[in-house]
Amino acid sequence: MTLLLYRIDDRLIHGQVVVGWGQPLDITFIVLVSDEVAESEWEQELYRMAVPPEMSVYFHTAADAVPALPRYRSATGRGILVTGDIATMRVLVDHGGVDTVNVGGIHSGVGRVQRLRYVFLSLAEEQALRDMAAHGAKVTAQDVPGARPVSLDDLIAGVEP
Amino acid sequence: MSDSTAGAPGASALPGAASAGSSPPRAIVAGHGDFAAGLISAVHAITGRGAELIPVAIHDLCVQDIEHLLRDRMLNTGVRVIFTDLQAGSCTMAARRILRGMDDAVLVAGANLPTLLDFVFADGLTAPDAARHAAERGRNAITAHGAGT
Repeated sequence: MTLLLYRIDDRLIHGQVVVGWGQPLDITFIVLVSDEVAESEWEQELYRMAVPPEMSVYFHTAADAVPALPRYRSATGRGILVTGDIATMRVLVDHGGVDTVNVGGIHSGVGRVQRLRYVFLSLAEEQALRDMAAHGAKVTAQDVPGARPVSLDDLIAGVEP
Repeated sequence: MSDSTAGAPGASALPGAASAGSSPPRAIVAGHGDFAAGLISAVHAITGRGAELIPVAIHDLCVQDIEHLLRDRMLNTGVRVIFTDLQAGSCTMAARRILRGMDDAVLVAGANLPTLLDFVFADGLTAPDAARHAAERGRNAITAHGAGT
């Protein structure tokens, strides 16, 4: 399998992921990394029901995703990895060799300030994105394939493309 | 949370919908972009019964806020039917979570205009039964023509 996109999206598996990215990238599987979902059979079934029958979904905690990543990268198939928050993706950047990060959707919340139409960040989240970039990951924001990627500097400055 | 519901709490904000105000809301329509308002506008243009449907838009909302918004609409209106646009959509996911604790509610995912038209005309059925009937009608209403067919 090959992982073609590493995405932070608090909606996890939804239309933009399954259809917006999934169809043009011809995705055959999704790796959902979320401690909360990985511990709930009911949540996992909910997300399985959301994808076409020919698409597989694999669930991991942040900790057990790290050793599993090489397997997803080396076998046949085309996949998207999704985390629901920045902290989880940072674990994968720091310990799992993730070198490109797509910020796809982080919505309003306590302490967050809007940076783009679909991205709201707290100061701690902003720093975490900077830390990922300092670690060598290319961090951009892009909700759908047809949109222009926004650099990390422009994302933090709130510069819409 | 920014409530981006179009026309909430009812469809009366739709052009012309107020004239059909005799019918109480029977279902919520929720989806991406202006899907709900657009479909309900079409239902109203064809039948004059757009007020039976409550449009919900989810621009810029996180999953939890979408769920809260839909749940509030259901509790405030007594509606127990939700139509959504996409099987994998955030509204569908949120509605499934709501239905987990609401045994008398029905979700129809993948709704289209024929679905909603059938629903608003199913006066003799309960709203959940009308929703199931409408789902079947909407599924069968999709056809392809031309190019050798």
